[in-house]
Amino acid sequence: MGLMKKHETLERHSLALTLGILVTVAIGGIVEIAPLFYLENTIEKVEGMRPYTPLELAGRNVYIREGCYVCHSQMVRPLRDEVERYGHYSLAAESMYDHPFQWGSKRTGPDLARVGGKYSDAWHVDHLKDPQSMVPESVMPPYAFLADNKLHYETIGDHLKALRFEGVPYTDEMIENAKADLIAQADPDADYDAQDALVARYEEAAGREGSVRIADYDGNPDKVTELDALVAYLQMVGTLVDFSTYEADDLDNRR
Amino acid sequence: MKGNLEMSETDKEVDVLSGVETTGHSWDGIKELNNPLPRWWLYVWYGTIFWAILYMIAMPALPSLPGLGSRNTPGVLGMSDRSAVAESVATLHAERSAASAELLTASLQDIQNNLDLQQFAMAMGESAFGDNCATCHGAGGRGAKGYPMLADDVWLWDGTLDGIEQTIRHGIRHEEDVDTRFSAMPAFGRDGLLTSVQIDDLVQYVLSVSGHEANAGMAARGEGLFQSNCASCHGMDAKGSRDVGAPNLTDADWLYGSSPDDIRATITNARNSHMPAWQGRLDDATIKALAVYVHSLGGGE
Repeated sequence: MGLMKKHETLERHSLALTLGILVTVAIGGIVEIAPLFYLENTIEKVEGMRPYTPLELAGRNVYIREGCYVCHSQMVRPLRDEVERYGHYSLAAESMYDHPFQWGSKRTGPDLARVGGKYSDAWHVDHLKDPQSMVPESVMPPYAFLADNKLHYETIGDHLKALRFEGVPYTDEMIENAKADLIAQADPDADYDAQDALVARYEEAAGREGSVRIADYDGNPDKVTELDALVAYLQMVGTLVDFSTYEADDLDNRR
Repeated sequence: MKGNLEMSETDKEVDVLSGVETTGHSWDGIKELNNPLPRWWLYVWYGTIFWAILYMIAMPALPSLPGLGSRNTPGVLGMSDRSAVAESVATLHAERSAASAELLTASLQDIQNNLDLQQFAMAMGESAFGDNCATCHGAGGRGAKGYPMLADDVWLWDGTLDGIEQTIRHGIRHEEDVDTRFSAMPAFGRDGLLTSVQIDDLVQYVLSVSGHEANAGMAARGEGLFQSNCASCHGMDAKGSRDVGAPNLTDADWLYGSSPDDIRATITNARNSHMPAWQGRLDDATIKALAVYVHSLGGGE
């Protein structure tokens, strides 16, 4: 009972007991908190990642608002059948600018991590308006109202600012021009200088060309709708990383 | 300094009622039974701790130890999910390799003439079609408004084996691909090339050439407009041109509908549908299998 006797000393001295509790809880805390300081190490170094353009970000906000993540995951797992069906497995680096990430845990619909560029804009528009017209067996509800809803982008600069606070590398220039950039990306016939400026800004962030697409995503040139934004977002999901520069065998990339 | 807490000096003190040893502590006469943990539970617990240590040694575990830079400890087994999936995909391709290597080297015509190879390509094409193409072109290639039917013999661009392969590989109006099939119909109404009245006449003319009921007077006015605005792509006889993917307007097949409203919308806003390029997303063997499959759906040339 020697040990019991020592315990008795602790129980009898409140200061010693307090210190003892502090030490014990601190050990548990360190075990849980310390790994967070090494989070950066879990993100692969890849080429091509850039922050979302304002239009894509607005689309992503619609995606979150409508709860798309409830039925669609954005995470191709490193399993053979998933890689065969969806394409390259998802990397941590691909969601490093996501706040919050959209990995999801349920697939009522298919995974969307590699949906970007797989279908035409017109398909996305038709499918979002009336999913069963494209895929008769689908159980997805229609989102036709997105085509009528004007996109509220007056405050989009603040969204960029908030994300910069979270660590997304938006520059002052990007934040200042957020609204102009958003309008420029949704209308290919608009101000060409604004388009060039948008492309230059975000391609510089990506470190490669061809990652910013300008289009009238919803096929309605009269106004910028929520559908424009959502399709713009869906068409870029999973297309940023330049996989020709990704070394799966590199020890830094092993998982 | 014992205060109210009475600690028994004897090591063993047994509770009379339950026959279980007590801890020896006594709080105002209340004593605590010292039931031992079930042995099986204790051993399982020790086992899990031991297992955790083994696991940490065997598998990738601790991040950023000194000397490892940004890496994890790799684990003595050298396991990695990412290497494992690369390996199992490679195994899959190896299993398919005999036939799919033949697919890669054989010309599309050879594939169609070799029964075994054709069957393999058809099976492979069918599953790839269901996964990638049926989303737009429908199950079995039945098409939808705006998405061409592949199960008939009406082809906008090219219905030969090689032509279909070219379309799958490079897409249609896929701007990122320099070899894509490209043409652009002007938006005659939206861009102000024709007035609303002119478009009405043109609609009647288009209806008349395809055997629909039409207003003869308006159609007659529309013919001149057709020759000066549309014939360069759709032909003087309105039979279309595959060089530019311009559809035949005299037949009964209408990709975007044959009602006057549909035709009016087509002329006003133009129809320039886009099919993504699949090269890069699908491997070569799959693309060839798909070409053979689509060719067989009903109208291959």
